[in-house]
Amino acid sequence: MRRVVVTGLGLVTPLGGDVETTWANILASKSGAGPITKFDAADQKCRIACEVKPADHEYGFDANKRVDGKIQRQVDPFIVFGIDAAGQAIEDAGLVDMDEATKLRAGCSIGSGIGGLPGIESESLVLANRGPGRVSPHFVHGRLINLISGQVSIKYGLKGPNHAVVTACSTGAHSIGDAARMIRDDDADIMLAGGAEATICPIGIAGFAQARALNCSFNDRPEQASRPYDKDRDGFVMGEGAGVLVLEEYEHAKARGAKIYAEVVGYGLSGDAYHVTAPDPQMDGAFRSMSAALKKAGMTPADIDYINAHGTSTMADTIELGAVRRLFGDAMANVSMSSTKSAIGHLLGGAGAVESIFCILAMRDQIVPPTLNLDTPDEGCDEVDLVPHTPRKREVRAVLNNSFGFGGTNASLIMRKLD
Amino acid sequence: MSDTADRVKKIVVEHLGVEADKVTEDASFIDDLGADSLDIVELVMAFEEEFGVEIPDDAAEKISTVSDAIKYIEENKG
Repeated sequence: MRRVVVTGLGLVTPLGGDVETTWANILASKSGAGPITKFDAADQKCRIACEVKPADHEYGFDANKRVDGKIQRQVDPFIVFGIDAAGQAIEDAGLVDMDEATKLRAGCSIGSGIGGLPGIESESLVLANRGPGRVSPHFVHGRLINLISGQVSIKYGLKGPNHAVVTACSTGAHSIGDAARMIRDDDADIMLAGGAEATICPIGIAGFAQARALNCSFNDRPEQASRPYDKDRDGFVMGEGAGVLVLEEYEHAKARGAKIYAEVVGYGLSGDAYHVTAPDPQMDGAFRSMSAALKKAGMTPADIDYINAHGTSTMADTIELGAVRRLFGDAMANVSMSSTKSAIGHLLGGAGAVESIFCILAMRDQIVPPTLNLDTPDEGCDEVDLVPHTPRKREVRAVLNNSFGFGGTNASLIMRKLD
Repeated sequence: MSDTADRVKKIVVEHLGVEADKVTEDASFIDDLGADSLDIVELVMAFEEEFGVEIPDDAAEKISTVSDAIKYIEENKG
């Protein structure tokens, strides 16, 4: 069977415009949260978010590095983040100069949960206030979810599968899992896989706040608002950014002497068939997606050293933990589980990809990232290593990453370090 | 050259992201300045906005060079 490894990484997050800056800030227990600056949020219930910082910030993002100015004007920010993260991953993998035969076997699977919401919002206002003749000719393709994959394929000449997952907050994880299967099934040798999101705009914040999903009670203390597993947690903090990985067939990577970060060994998917936004209280869907991933990997829970939890800082945190406990049993004693959403917020469709990259870096550096703000663990959260406040050095051989999305869609990924 | 020409050239530079010295009057948007059909739609909208003129689709289709745009605007602006 064809094996799939990771050979390149790219990140745009509220804690950095690249992989190493973001990771250093994660390990320094920094928070990317702050008051919303992208628009006047004075009339919103939620007035905080984890925004990607401007280029002149200490850990800001410079869109001009990899994205043409003309494209920046035409497309929504999630596409800009995605193109840049994909570019970083291609550079990291040493694939900037692919020959034509390689390009024919290289594809993209970069999705988004929501897509171009800020542009849909602003152009709707143009339509209402100034009429259809003023709507931008770039409106449609500047907002479509599959246009990261589209733009990246055009920029780098990638002529293999061109795919984009849309499964809400599971998008990033499904994108990686689906892309790994495309390589395994011999549709491609190389896949750019990941997810991006940028929905910090009035309608995005209002919509999630009205759905009672966002934290609205820490507006005066933004850095403390994302607090997974803590007794005082009160909803997620919206993040934005992108994560993209280069997945590559193992022999292909080995033959060109590529740096190999990890192997993608397990991928599980399931549906809750329960409720549009609330998780099944039994978390049976999560249990089944994790079980399926373990089975595919040929592993037992004892083989997993670190879990990057979905852990959004909502009531669902303890439900996820319950499912993990049910699956892991005695192996719970050895596993560390944390939620990096405590630091960068919830990147929605980007989350699963960004968090998979954190999992890979945890294996590279043999250190697990912390759960910030876990001051008073909620009931049932005290006998588990949730890595409160600061990172911890430990052995990390294999990792599990969970992502769950609205609609009751679950994805679990397992990656391992190669010997 | 006229004020109209300067303003047209400025819009073209901004929208197409090209060097100002490439935007000569006989430059073709598509052949010389790398525009595609959607870029031209966007340019025409920007001209309408800047000069307060209406450029109907059949007129827009005939605008293929910088001087075509300047000429149309000079003849039709209020």
